Amino acid sequence: MDKIYSHPVSLRDNSTHYCAGCGHGTAHRIIAEIVDELGIREKVIGLAPVGCAVIAYEYWNFDCSEAAHGRALAVATAIKRVRPENIVFTYQGDGDLAAIGTNETIHAANRGENLTVIFINNAVYGMTGGQMAPTTLAGQKTATTPAGRDVLSHGFPLKISEMLALLPAVKYIERVSFHSPQEIIKAKQAIKTAFLNQINNIGFSLVEILSPCPTYWGMSPQKSLEWIKEVMAKEFPLGRIK
Amino acid sequence: MKKKILMTGNEAVAQGAIDAGCTFYAGYPITPQNELTAYMAVHMPGKPGIFIQAESELAAINMVYGASAAGARAMTSSSSPGISLKQEGISYIAGAELPAVIVNVMRAGPGLGNITPAQSDYFQATRGGGHGDYHLIVLAPASVQEAYDQMFLSFDLADKYRAPVMVLGDGMLGQMMEPLQLSAVSFQPSAENKKPWALTGCAGRSPNVIKSFYMDTNELEKFNLNLQKKYALIRQKEQRWEEIFLKDAKTIIVAYGSMARIARSAVHALRGKGKKVGLIRPITLWPFPEKAFTKHLTSNTRYLAVEMSYGQMLEDVQLAVGKAKVDFLGRAGGGVPSEEDIIRRVNG
Ligand SMILES: Cc1ncc(C[n+]2csc(CCOP(=O)(O)OP(=O)(O)O)c2C)c(N)n1
Ligand code: SF4
Repeated sequence: MDKIYSHPVSLRDNSTHYCAGCGHGTAHRIIAEIVDELGIREKVIGLAPVGCAVIAYEYWNFDCSEAAHGRALAVATAIKRVRPENIVFTYQGDGDLAAIGTNETIHAANRGENLTVIFINNAVYGMTGGQMAPTTLAGQKTATTPAGRDVLSHGFPLKISEMLALLPAVKYIERVSFHSPQEIIKAKQAIKTAFLNQINNIGFSLVEILSPCPTYWGMSPQKSLEWIKEVMAKEFPLGRIK
Repeated sequence: MKKKILMTGNEAVAQGAIDAGCTFYAGYPITPQNELTAYMAVHMPGKPGIFIQAESELAAINMVYGASAAGARAMTSSSSPGISLKQEGISYIAGAELPAVIVNVMRAGPGLGNITPAQSDYFQATRGGGHGDYHLIVLAPASVQEAYDQMFLSFDLADKYRAPVMVLGDGMLGQMMEPLQLSAVSFQPSAENKKPWALTGCAGRSPNVIKSFYMDTNELEKFNLNLQKKYALIRQKEQRWEEIFLKDAKTIIVAYGSMARIARSAVHALRGKGKKVGLIRPITLWPFPEKAFTKHLTSNTRYLAVEMSYGQMLEDVQLAVGKAKVDFLGRAGGGVPSEEDIIRRVNG
């Protein structure tokens, strides 16, 4: 169990609805800590996705909006354009950002919107029952790929971060992981950079987090972390992409 | 007093929106409303106007959702197929109780159809269009001047009820050029337009959340019941219509938008021949102006619903008049009922 040294003001004192070992809680907390550390709680506007994190606004203690499935970056684009003085970030799953919302993702990035994007890659659709996501690994069993993902008919794991890195207006992309405390510290640094980039008007910044979904991976929380390290991070290499 | 200028309906809608304090526009090109988007591209940018050519209608309506959540007067425009794509976003806007204005310059469908004028999106507009129990307030201008004026009304109604408002025009009105009197006053935000719910950052207050999701079923039901109360109030207070020659009318023609202009000419021509004909022109399509009918309801009045669609508004007329006889004349997808068609139908 985490030892809570001080509870971030930006995190409400609610217990979350996430499964044991889920990465969403960790991501929420890191974001809240960074918002506190940067002193931007009264300026920040968060976009909650449709996915397991749909009620992220119940956990964060700052202004938030829900966005329709996949549309967070369209919503965020407008909020930031209307209120450039605010700090606007989206929080999106792989289905949200890289399947139904691919178009919004690519075009917000291509316009170089000065936004911070937190992209939770858990290789499945959590909320709807563990179906194949665009990021599902080759051979990975999901509710809709019962025999494992067959890349020849289901497509290959989509590396949207690498795709976005090709766009001239994109300023910063890093892939991080939650599989160990050391990696979580690195993840926090990357997320902080992505927020600082917005504060300093640098432009579109995205952090992809390899995040455990023990429930739909059919593994214990501990095994899930090992799987990220041994399997998932091989397909999705960690580090700075742009 | 500003001088009169000549403008198309599409341009008048755009200028009306700007004068009504719209500071955010997002849209995706589609005929027959491209002049509107282009006008916005020229006249919106600069403080505080924001213009975005979105990557799709989905993105455009969700941008409007975001801009409105951030407190701006925001709008989008499109034509039928694009409006279909926006439906999920419109439903979210209604569910999150955000003010927004959506302009539909209708074309003929279904599918890609073609760009001839039509009123075939009446059901979609007046029944909600997307998923869930919601309504849009729907306004139907019949002239370039009215298109301009209704932009003020739409943004005011949207703010007042925290609800999406649709301005429903058609290609004929969008392309037609008429003299227009611009408003001498443009929108100045007042206490009434304060948006304490908007996302501005939570300085000095507890956080605001814009959402339409209710995990708790009791809460969602309560929310829906409150929405229904709002719609009941709108039904009671916001019915608008124009009526001519109703007092002694034996036949009352019902038509809206461009169709009403043709119907009006027919009514004048028929009156010239001594025929006792009148016209009800719904200005709000939702709420449908039932009051116009109850006011004049007699057992032997005959109604004629005329529309550029195949019996959509007709259903609302039938509901409004109860047992009275309602004839129907409609064409869409290539043809428009003409003045002669209407005269023939009234005489026959
Ligand atoms: C338009 C639309 N299509 C489908 C859904 C159903 N849906 C909700 S969440 C989701 C996928 C969630 O997966 P992901 O974005 O990866 O987030 P996770 O739940 O794994 O965190 C789907 C398909 C929806 N809400 N709206
Ligand atoms: S289903 Fe997966 S992503 Fe969703 S809460 Fe459970 S562990 Fe987390």
